[in-house]
Formats: sequence, C-alpha cells, structure tokens
Amino acid sequence: MSTHGPIATHRTATGIPTGRLAVWWLMASEIFIFGGLIMCFLLFKFNNAPGFEDASMTSTTAGAFNTFVLLTSSLTIVLAHAAAERGDTAASFRYIWFTIGGGLVFILVKTYEYSTKILHGHTLTDNIFWSFYYTATGLHALHVFGGMVIMAIISFDVRKNYNLQRVELIGIYWHFVDIVWIFLFPILYIANF
Amino acid sequence: MNEYLDLGLISSFVPAASSFAGDIDFLFDMITIIVGFWFIITLATLFYFLLRFRRREGTKAQYITGEKHSEKVWTHYPHYGVIAFDVFLIGFVIVVWVNVKQTLPANEDTIRAIGQQWSWSFVHTGEDGKLDTEDDVNTVNDLHVIKDKTYHFELQSRDVLHNFAVPAFRLRQDTIPGRTIKGWFKPTESGTFDLQCAEICGRGHTMMMAAITVHPDQQSYDETMDAIRSGSYESHFEKKRQLGPVPLPFTVSKTDKSTPYAIELAKSF
Amino acid sequence: MGQQSESIVHEAEVHEAHHEQSFLMKYIFPLDHKMIGFQYMFTGLFMAAIGGYFAYAFRMQLAFPGAEVPLYGFVDPANYNMLVTNHGTIMIFWVAMPVLIAAFGNWMIPLMIGCDDMVFPRLNRLSYQVFLVSALVLILSFFVEGGGFGGAWTSYPPLSAAAEYNLTNWGASLWLLAVALEIVAFLLGGINFITTTMNARAPGMGMMDIPIVIWMINIAVILFMSSVGPLVAGAVMLFFDQRLGTSFFMPSGGGDPLLWQHLFWFFGHPEVYVVLLPTMGIVADIITVFSRKKLFGYRTILYTAFGTGGLSFIVWAHHQFIAGIDPRMANVFVITTILISIPIAEMVFSYIATLYGGSIEFSTPMLWALSFLVSFLIGGVTGIYLGSSAMDIYFHDSYFVVAHFHYTFFPITIIGMFAAITFWFPKMFGRMLDETLNKIHFWGTIIPFNGLFLPLFLVGMAGQHRRIADYTQYPDLASPDLQGIRIFATVSMVIMLLFQFVFIYNFFNSIFKGKKAPMNPWRATTLEWTIPSPPPHGNFAEMPTVYRGPYEYSVPGHDEDYWPQHIPPKSNV
Repeated sequence: MSTHGPIATHRTATGIPTGRLAVWWLMASEIFIFGGLIMCFLLFKFNNAPGFEDASMTSTTAGAFNTFVLLTSSLTIVLAHAAAERGDTAASFRYIWFTIGGGLVFILVKTYEYSTKILHGHTLTDNIFWSFYYTATGLHALHVFGGMVIMAIISFDVRKNYNLQRVELIGIYWHFVDIVWIFLFPILYIANF
Repeated sequence: MNEYLDLGLISSFVPAASSFAGDIDFLFDMITIIVGFWFIITLATLFYFLLRFRRREGTKAQYITGEKHSEKVWTHYPHYGVIAFDVFLIGFVIVVWVNVKQTLPANEDTIRAIGQQWSWSFVHTGEDGKLDTEDDVNTVNDLHVIKDKTYHFELQSRDVLHNFAVPAFRLRQDTIPGRTIKGWFKPTESGTFDLQCAEICGRGHTMMMAAITVHPDQQSYDETMDAIRSGSYESHFEKKRQLGPVPLPFTVSKTDKSTPYAIELAKSF
Repeated sequence: MGQQSESIVHEAEVHEAHHEQSFLMKYIFPLDHKMIGFQYMFTGLFMAAIGGYFAYAFRMQLAFPGAEVPLYGFVDPANYNMLVTNHGTIMIFWVAMPVLIAAFGNWMIPLMIGCDDMVFPRLNRLSYQVFLVSALVLILSFFVEGGGFGGAWTSYPPLSAAAEYNLTNWGASLWLLAVALEIVAFLLGGINFITTTMNARAPGMGMMDIPIVIWMINIAVILFMSSVGPLVAGAVMLFFDQRLGTSFFMPSGGGDPLLWQHLFWFFGHPEVYVVLLPTMGIVADIITVFSRKKLFGYRTILYTAFGTGGLSFIVWAHHQFIAGIDPRMANVFVITTILISIPIAEMVFSYIATLYGGSIEFSTPMLWALSFLVSFLIGGVTGIYLGSSAMDIYFHDSYFVVAHFHYTFFPITIIGMFAAITFWFPKMFGRMLDETLNKIHFWGTIIPFNGLFLPLFLVGMAGQHRRIADYTQYPDLASPDLQGIRIFATVSMVIMLLFQFVFIYNFFNSIFKGKKAPMNPWRATTLEWTIPSPPPHGNFAEMPTVYRGPYEYSVPGHDEDYWPQHIPPKSNV
C-alpha cells in the first residue's frame, strides 16, 4: 500500500482503480459537451440553415492528414502505456514525447488551416457554418493542447519511475480527444450533404 | 364542456371572453378536483400517522422493511389510482390542446401583432379582409376585434422574444423574431381587456402593455376604424389606464402619485 | 492488535499527506473534506443572504410600487429585472447546489461510507476554489457599467445575446461566465463524489447498504453531469454571440433562438431533480431516525429515484409549450411530463408508509422533514396543472408558475437545508442547537412561507404575468383586492426574513456556547454517528467495517431500538 494521500484514495470497492474510474467519469461528462455541440450543428444542417454549403471549402487533405497524425499519436500513447506496464520508463518517456509531437503537428496544421481560411475572409462571424467550424475545432484543439501539457508533466514523473498509472489515464483522455476528432472530421470536412 | 362542471375558480378573477376560455377553465376545475382529492387523502393519511404513531413511553416501533409483496401493495394500490387519473387527465388535456393550438378553424378576419422593445404594433385588415394591402389600419398598443368573429393572428417580432398574452381569452403565445406564428381566437364577450407581453424582453418589459377591445358589433368597430384613419381616435388603452390612480388599501409611496410610475421611469432610459 | 496497527499506519499516512497544518492551510486552502464542506456551506449561506435580500427588494417594490425600499432604495425596471434574474440564479446555482450537494456531500459522503476523506482531496479543493471565483464573478457583474444582467435566469436569446437588446453589455457576459464556472466547479466536484462513493466504501458496505442520502447525491451528480454538457456547449455559443458577434442564436444571422431554449431546458429540468434528490435523501434519513423505523422499501425508493431522473431527460419541452415549437410535439411531452408523477408519487407514498407503526418524535429536524413532505406535495400537485399543455396556455409565465416552483424549490432548498443543518449540527460543530429557538425559527419560517406563496397562486389565476415591476399599471391587475394579496405576500415574506435572524443567532451562539454534543445524540445507525463530534482529522480512529444496512431501527429481538452499521452481529446479546 502506498503511503501517499488519504486511505480513501487507495480503496477500490469496485475493483477499478480510482484514477481510471475518475477519468471515465470525466470522459462521460465531456461526451455530453461535445455531443451537445455536434447535435446543434446537425440540427442546423438538417434544417438547411444558410451557409452550410461552405463545408466544401474546408481542406479535406489537411483534415485527413490531421486524422492520420492524431491516430498515430494514439498508437504511440498506447505504446507508452505498454512500456510503462513493463516498467520500461525510458521507452515510455520517449513514446509520450512522440505523442506530444503528434499533438504539435496537429496544432500546426490547424493553425495553417485557420490562417488560410481567415485570409480568404471566412472568419468566425461569416456564417453559422464557420461559427461552428471555429467553435468545434477550437474547443477540440484546446483539448489537444491541454492533453499535451499534462503529458509533458507526466513524462518527467515517468522518467523518475513515479505515478506510472497516469500514463494509462492520459491515454484514455487522448483516445477520447481522438474520437471527438473522428466525429468532427466527417461533419466539417467531408460531408456536404 | 363547461356546462357539466363549473366551479368558476378562474372566471371569478378574470372574465372568460373567448370561445375556448370555458374549456380551459373547465380543465382547471377538473384538475383541481382530481389533485385536490389526492392531496387531501395523502395529507389525511400523513397526519393520521403522525398522530397515531407519536412517541409514547414503553411502545417500540414496528419493524417493517417494505420489501415484502404484502407490504408493497400499500404504496402500489394508491399508485395505480394515480396512473388511472393520469391517463384520464392526459386525454382531456390533449383534446383541449388540439382544439386551441393544433387546429386552425376557418377565419372571418385576420390581425397581425408585431412586438418590439417595448410596444405592440397591430395591423387590422381594413375593408378587404386582407393584410398587406392599401387599406390596412395600423395601431400601436390598441387592438380592435369584433365579438363572435373567428380571428387568425400572425405574430411577429422585430427584436427579441415577446409573448402575446390576453388573460381574458386564456391565450398566450410567444413571438419569435424571424418567424411568423399563426393561431386563432374567437372573442365572445365585448369589452376592453389587458393585452400583456408575458416574456421578459428587456428593461421596458414592465411597460410593454396594450389593450384589446372587443366591439359588440360591426358598426362600433367601423366607427373606431374610421376614427383611427381620420386621426380623431382616442386610445381605448389610454382611456382604460386613466380611469384614475389605483386605489390601494393603504399607501406608502413617496413619489408623486399623479405621475404613473412607468412614465416617470421612462426618463431613466 | 490488528486494528491498532491499522490505525498507526493510518496516522502515518495522514501525517505524510497533511503535515502542513498552518492556519492558512487549515482554513483557507484545506484538503480536509469537512473543512471544504464548511467552505461550501458558508459561501452558500452568504449567497442565500444576497438572494434573500434581492427577493426582499423586489417584493417590496411589488407591494408598494415606486416607493423607496428601506435598506435598498428606489427599484427601477432595469434594477427590478436584475434583481429577479439574479435572485433566481443565485438561489439555484449558488445556494441549492453548493449547500445541498457540495456541502453535505462533502461532509457526509466520507463519513457515511466510512473512510477518511474524498478520494481526490486536491480536486475537491480546486472545485471549491473555482466555485468561489464563480461567486465573485457573479457579484462583480452587479457593479459593472450598465448593471447586472436582467434577462431572467433562463437568459433566452436574442435578449441575452446582444447588448443592444439587454443593455447590460458586461453584466450579461459576466453572468454567463459565472454560471459556466459554477458548472465546471460542480463537474469537478461531481467526479470526486461518484468516484468516492463507488470506490472508497468501508469493507462490507454493499451498494444496498449505502445510506439513501448518499445514493441520492450521487444520482443527482450523475443527472447533472449528463444534462449539463449541452448547456456548456450552448454557453460557449452564447458567449461567442455576446462577445465575438457570431449568430448562433440570432435570427438576423441565420441562427435559432429556440435552440437555446432546448439546450437550457434539457439541463434545466433535470436540474430540478438534481437539487430535489439530495433533499429527498436528507428527509429519508431524518424520518427514519425520528420514527425509529426502517425505511419503507429502500430499493423501491432507489428505483423511483432512478426512474424520476431518467424521465426528467424527456420532459424538457413542457417549458416551451407555447414558445413556438411544433404544437404536435407538445402532446408527446405532456404524456412524459404527467408520467413523472408516477415515480414521484410512489416515492412520497413510501416516505409516508415509513411513518406507519413508528415511534415518532417531533424534534426540529423531523418537523423540517415533515414540512418538506407537505409543502413539496403542494408543489408537486400544482405541477400537474402546468404539465398539462392546454392549462399551460393560460399559466405560462404567470404567477401560478412562480408559486408552483417556489413550492418545490423553497422546500427543497431552504427547508431541506434547515433540516440537514439542524440534524447534523451536533456532528459538525460538536454542540447542540438550542431546541426552543429552533422551534421558534421553524414555525416563524413555515407559516409565513405559506403566507407568501399561497397568495401567488391566486394572482396567477387572475392572469398576472411574471417579471413585471409594477402591476398597478395594468388596469385588469390593479384592483385593490389583487394589490392586497400582493401586500399580504410581501408582509409574510418580511416576517419570514426577520425570523431568520433567530436562526443566525442560534447558529452562531450554539457553535460557541451550545451544550456539548455526545457522539450520537439522535441514536442513529449510520457511520457518521460512531465517531466523536466534531470528527477529528481523518475521521475514524479505526476504519469501520459494515455489517448491515443503514436503517436497522427497532429490530425485533435486539435490545436497543437501533443497531449501528458497524457493530458486528455477535454483539447482539
């Protein structure tokens, strides 16, 4: 038994580690936030709100590339978790930084997309589609950025062989961020239905 | 419906001046009887238990888990009663709702009400019975209709949400900017009634009031319309408001009572 | 021996975790769940005072329109709107939720499930700090240029979305920001609550051995978490509308104002049950203790709570019957709405059945609990009127609605809060409240409460609509009779407010000078009564093991009329 924190933290009446349980609940509440946003978007779309034909102007190539980057980074965080389970902290540290790198590439591509769109005059207030585009991808990018910061903090703990279970927790979070993107990508980039 | 049962719980406060007002009043009375019955039974049981099982020296409470079937029925049976009344109630409610809001009976005239911060503009059709023609009659805060005629209304808004509310007609309907909302009413009593905005619409919400005048016949209506056209119209709304300062049971106001509150406050905008 | 070594390990851990016990760490940045519970409680009570003060100001304006309100001043319409808006917002977000869920959740979850703290003490502290910031942002919003937000607690756009309409440019944005921060605080706190209850239960405590109040708080948190998400998204969109000029909810730019109403009420209706269920739990605990009875149908009550919670997700449009939605949709929602009476009625019947065959003692907590049942019953049955779509054509946005939801929210928030405070005060402060003052306060609150809100049903039936600063301007609403009713309500309210000073005096006097409380003054069975009052840091000197359900009162063949959860069966002699 660890001698850190209150006894409560180390109990597992359900058999699921407390940290993992909490992250699952966090994800549960996040699902409703993104779910609400996506639901609003679809409602506007199916009511044929003006401006939704602009979905064809988003860069499918950049979006597809970002999907690839994000999925790859999900793989590396899984590898980081596996390494941490093995006790190979150096490898885990390396893989975490691969994941952070993936997040960085994602955000750079996103920045490039934003700047080209803004240069073409499609700003946040252009019409409802662009409002949703920036709100949804912006909120998602914020989650990506937050995940990167937390990963950076965790990575140094991992190198010191400390709090290794947190690699799994940030992994769950990172998969969630990934899944949100899997929903955003088709509705904002591909579909023009 | 209201011939069968009329406690007059609402109509003792507000006249029932539209064709469906009676239905809604009937519904109110019926719900009152049903829930009143349940309410009294439940309260009586509660107070009986409190009295019967109050603490006495030497008696011990019983051990009842409420998990056995023979015990559960005591909450289940009244509960089935609730369900039965629910079904009964939903039936009546939906009938009235469908009649008032979901169907649009053939009309004899149309009016348009446009809400804006913070007044109502009304459009009357004029002689041709059509809106958006030359002879439309526009008024502000004064709506005129004729008794026993079925009206369609078109509700619009220029800025925020408003609510077209006529308590005497038992009618409320939100107005939404960018949309036209249609509905109907048929006045059955003549007189001048309050027309409210019942959806908060900003600072002047308090002052956003109007009047609806139900004319007893076509002649009275035509005279008013002519007066409006010729500019000699004296607002029914203002006339009704200026019946005199409101007699209060007692008064503590330090402000000048001859100036209506709203007008005084209008200065602060 | 084994127990002793466990307690030594425990002491060592606590020492390790919280060796910093300076004043600052203990009272300002505490990690201890009890101190965080106090922080929530006192912040909530402070906000309740503001909310009450606002209510006082606008009720006085309604009774004596245009007169200077003593201790407030002149209430102009902008001011009036700001008062009603923030009264509602404060009472729901900054009183009901922090006091009922956060304060008593923080206090009672670890104590009742038998552990030393919440599973994430630092998350707990962060949750309170975010909450405190949200309260400060809200208070700040009253003082910015243009004044506080005045678009009602529902903040329907377009009014709330554009400064040109609401004329409270920063007031509206800060209000929205404050609500959003409050939601974040409760999401963080909620995760902690659920995880603690799921994982940190004492050995032997199965799911069906958890006291009902803990169940209710957790169901409430789950309801909150799953209903608030769309509103968070909506709040972001509304904030962008206000500050960045998007038009999600502005028809002029292709947006839809009704969308906000759907997002808001999809949260707003479950929110009623979010605050109702904890009070239901508190009341269940109190009536079992003071009638010395086992709770009638523990599982039934639990299932009805789940049923109510589940149903509450599919009834939201009954707030919008006449808001311009498709009238055919109303028929679906009227059915789901009336269906809610089924689980709620079953729950109330079970509570009343609990009293059957009991040995009822009318102590102050019991009086509060019983008065909750009666008042909530009034709130419940008047909900039948408003849930009936056809009736709502007349009652929408009328004072009937106001009276109805005050008959639900007042019992939930205020009566529930007083029930809980008078019940757990001995445990929290180690002192007893003065029983005479308690009773004076009870009757001095409950009688004027009815005097305040029963008349509002009458003015509602007379067609009086909400959020109007002066009804004497309306010819049909200006009759002396109706004004007399308004004055009666206001006078009742002032009397009720004055009686709160009795409570405040009693509360603070008892904290310092009250009779010392024994460990278990009510002879209750749950775990929080097995430790000293107030509980020491770390709660249990020896971590308890649970052997039975929480409501084993008057068990046949057992000498005492209560059988605490932690006593091993062999001691039954």
